[in-house]
Amino acid sequence: MSEPISALNHASYDGIAKVAECGLQGMITLRGDLSDKVLAKSVKDATGQKVPGQREASVNGDTGVCWMSPDELLVLVPYSEVNAKLAQMTETLSGIHALAVNVSDARAVFCVSGSSAREVMGKLAPVDLSADAFQPGQIRRSRLAQVAGAFWMDDAETFRVVCFRSVADYAFKLLKVAAQPGSEVGVY
Amino acid sequence: MLILNCPYCGVDVEETELAAGGEAHLKRFGPGASDDEFHDYLFMRENPKGVHFERWRHVNGCGKWFHAARATDTLEVFGTYSAQTTEPPKEIREAITAKRPGWTWREFE
Repeated sequence: MSEPISALNHASYDGIAKVAECGLQGMITLRGDLSDKVLAKSVKDATGQKVPGQREASVNGDTGVCWMSPDELLVLVPYSEVNAKLAQMTETLSGIHALAVNVSDARAVFCVSGSSAREVMGKLAPVDLSADAFQPGQIRRSRLAQVAGAFWMDDAETFRVVCFRSVADYAFKLLKVAAQPGSEVGVY
Repeated sequence: MLILNCPYCGVDVEETELAAGGEAHLKRFGPGASDDEFHDYLFMRENPKGVHFERWRHVNGCGKWFHAARATDTLEVFGTYSAQTTEPPKEIREAITAKRPGWTWREFE
């Protein structure tokens, strides 16, 4: 059996912020009526979290749940547990109109940390990243330069960035350029 | 730069995060429609200087379609609203009337 490896195999870069590819992360896309109790139960069983409200992310390490759109959630579980969790979710959801799919291998995850992390992200996404507007517990789907990406904050100085695996190399290079030493803007 | 509020995400998003979907509230006539009606549905578009209704998609975000009411001459945005409607809601019309009394757009006023 071959060993699964992530898109960039833990590549990392140190600049005004530390950019690192996080490695494998189990991800399940869940679509359905977010107000449904059965759906809420499946999320609770898989992650221990409630269904998040608009733009909320309840993430603890590699487990949690993020709001993606009014009818879509991103369920995060450890990579090794994704198949078991998905089977359990599918079982729970069998009676309702909802769909859960394992998308772990279609994504890449980056971690951007350091006191200038907000600035690095702010250079790439058209999003207000001031501390008043964006805080841990929130998620924002947007774009990173030319590709789609979503990000949330683990703590006040750490971003977790998700993009498609096929553009992982592009996203990593973007983050590296945005984090080049001496490129602080000093906005945030 | 056009900034619209996505009614599904509740955030102000700029134009580069959106995809334009053309004119809003197009009406396709049912089975048995005349060639003229079909021609108008297919080709005839408003091109106003002033109040306009458009469809937009939050493509680099939630991926949902929504409607926007704005002025083409000033880039002023009167409001955004759900895509699940065939006409502008009352509060949007009132917001436009407050700023542009006497506006008309197709059959709406």
